[in-house]
Amino acid sequence: MDGQLQQYLPVLILAVVAIAFAVGNLVASYLIGQWINRRRLKSIPAAKNIPYECGMLPIGAGNNRLSVKFYLVAMLFILFDIEVVFLYPWAVVYREMLAENAGLIFGSMFSFIAILFVGYIYAIKTQAFDWKV
Amino acid sequence: METTLFYIFAALTLLFGFLCVANPFSRNPVTSAMFLVLTMISISGLFILLQAFFLAAVQILVYAGAVMVLFLFVIMLLDLKEAEHTHVRKVALVTGLVSVMGLGVMLVLSIAGSGIVEAPAKRAIGDTKLLGQLLFSKYLLPFEIVSVLLLVAMIGVILLSRKEAK
Amino acid sequence: MDWINNLIAGLSAGQQLALFSLLKILAAIFLVLLPIVAYTVLVERKVSAFIQDRVGPNRTAPPFIKYLPVIGPLLQRLGIFQPLADGLKLFLKEDFSPSHVRTIYFWLAPVLAMVPALLTIAVIPFGSKLGAEKMVIADLNVGILYTFGIVSLSVYGIVLAGYAANSKYPFLGGIRSSAQMISYEIAMGLSVIPVFMMVGDLNLGAVIDYQAKHGWFILYAPVSFAMFLVAAFAETNRLPFDMPESESELVAGYNTEYSSMKFGLFFMGEYAAMVAVSGMMVTLFFGGWTLPFWGLDQPATSLLLSAAHIGVFLGKTLGLLLLFIWVRWMLPRFRYDQLMDLGWKRFIPLGLANIVVTALVLLLLNRN
Repeated sequence: MDGQLQQYLPVLILAVVAIAFAVGNLVASYLIGQWINRRRLKSIPAAKNIPYECGMLPIGAGNNRLSVKFYLVAMLFILFDIEVVFLYPWAVVYREMLAENAGLIFGSMFSFIAILFVGYIYAIKTQAFDWKV
Repeated sequence: METTLFYIFAALTLLFGFLCVANPFSRNPVTSAMFLVLTMISISGLFILLQAFFLAAVQILVYAGAVMVLFLFVIMLLDLKEAEHTHVRKVALVTGLVSVMGLGVMLVLSIAGSGIVEAPAKRAIGDTKLLGQLLFSKYLLPFEIVSVLLLVAMIGVILLSRKEAK
Repeated sequence: MDWINNLIAGLSAGQQLALFSLLKILAAIFLVLLPIVAYTVLVERKVSAFIQDRVGPNRTAPPFIKYLPVIGPLLQRLGIFQPLADGLKLFLKEDFSPSHVRTIYFWLAPVLAMVPALLTIAVIPFGSKLGAEKMVIADLNVGILYTFGIVSLSVYGIVLAGYAANSKYPFLGGIRSSAQMISYEIAMGLSVIPVFMMVGDLNLGAVIDYQAKHGWFILYAPVSFAMFLVAAFAETNRLPFDMPESESELVAGYNTEYSSMKFGLFFMGEYAAMVAVSGMMVTLFFGGWTLPFWGLDQPATSLLLSAAHIGVFLGKTLGLLLLFIWVRWMLPRFRYDQLMDLGWKRFIPLGLANIVVTALVLLLLNRN
């Protein structure tokens, strides 16, 4: 283990601590809560077990099908996310590569963004981002 | 230390991958998706051990954080009931097996074809700067083609999810 | 002190690293983050009371504390003991899982809401140095991408909470807010790119070094900061973007079926994410632990100086937290379509334009 790789060890430790903290909290509160309220928990009123809908009795299944709109948003999110990911290595080398070939490094990302912007304008025109329709 | 961690992450990747496709305890599609998330995360652990830090971060950002959210949305969009897909159709089984075998052959051939190369100089591989320099000089054309690919995907998804014209 | 030094010297380099990081992690979480979380809740209640012309929590106190002269009643009036009582109460509450929930996910979701919030603090430099030890939990080269990766995982806590409850309002709240979070992740990712174009490194320590030399990024990239701030409100589900809860429409969103510490973890997770994102903004736009005067912009050489650096960082973070609280009680909630409009139709073109303009300016500067 050396250099950068070593720096990921704390991340691993942090992940373990964070999970232990969250799980520990849940388990402790469950045990304490069950013990303190052991009398009350002997008989649970039927109404307590019903999904809470402001006092009305629930009708139908708990989760309905989603609107296809959410699928569209998630899919467009992936595409733009990939674009953002490509922007990071570009941003990091931009200043250095300006000295070598300014037109190339600016033009390459400008054309990348421009091509994607065509798709973006298409999405706007087809009202893909409109939630009212 | 590194070797031990490699074996741990490799075993976890395989285990989570197995639980994703053939979980003996649950046939809930959401459970499968969550195990796929765990598979992605352990793969990014493997990337870190290969010192491919940028790839590891992107693996989590794009696959675990974006693609899998889409999967969850699709599962909830289709609203698969746990019992609905317990029977496997024969056609699906045959095509599935054929494509798995095809992929396997491709994998073996490409590994055999590449030969075992010497590990590149460490610390040179995962650096975001080096990746950027390569991407914007040697691999500039593929990079630009990616933008066209993304454009096609964008238009495709909008067309697919659009309501039929009245 | 000698025996400690001897003990440390006896360990191998790897063990030392593990020991020091464990100490840093425990201190950062249990001595800094969680107390800040607890008292931000109190400050939120006090500030909201002030804004709405009420008094806020001023009753809670352990028995007999009011007999202390002067200090006792003052502490009680400030509500200092309120967070402790709240925490205790969460533990003592009956932990009830309704029978219609999906049990595994019902337990998993609170954990998934809390863990990413704690993980994001790993790369934030909260001070310069203490002795030879850098005051950052993990000094990663991919710094900001690590943060975005973890932030993108925090969607699962919410979407699974909505799914687990198996009930209409939680489901709607969970789905709505996950769509909101992924939308603003793009805005967040786009907004900070100009910063890294100027720095030329994704490491957050490098960002702070650059700001110590050239001045804070809030001056160079105000558009980036504005976008990042708004995206941060949306990512942490705070008003004016608290779609998952929006009490008047969705009861309490994905929280509805939760009780006791399971609810507590969602609550803490939200505030911890707020603290983490404030720390991130301080690092990216307000120079991190540096101040441009009194020689506070160089790595610490003495114990006093390193304590001052940590203090400066925490002070700036608390200032931004106050901004979060203030905004929550000043603005009404956005409508869902307005929220998505802002994210997709305004912020994406604005973010791209911001990047292109920055690129052009850097190009012109390079010419001369």
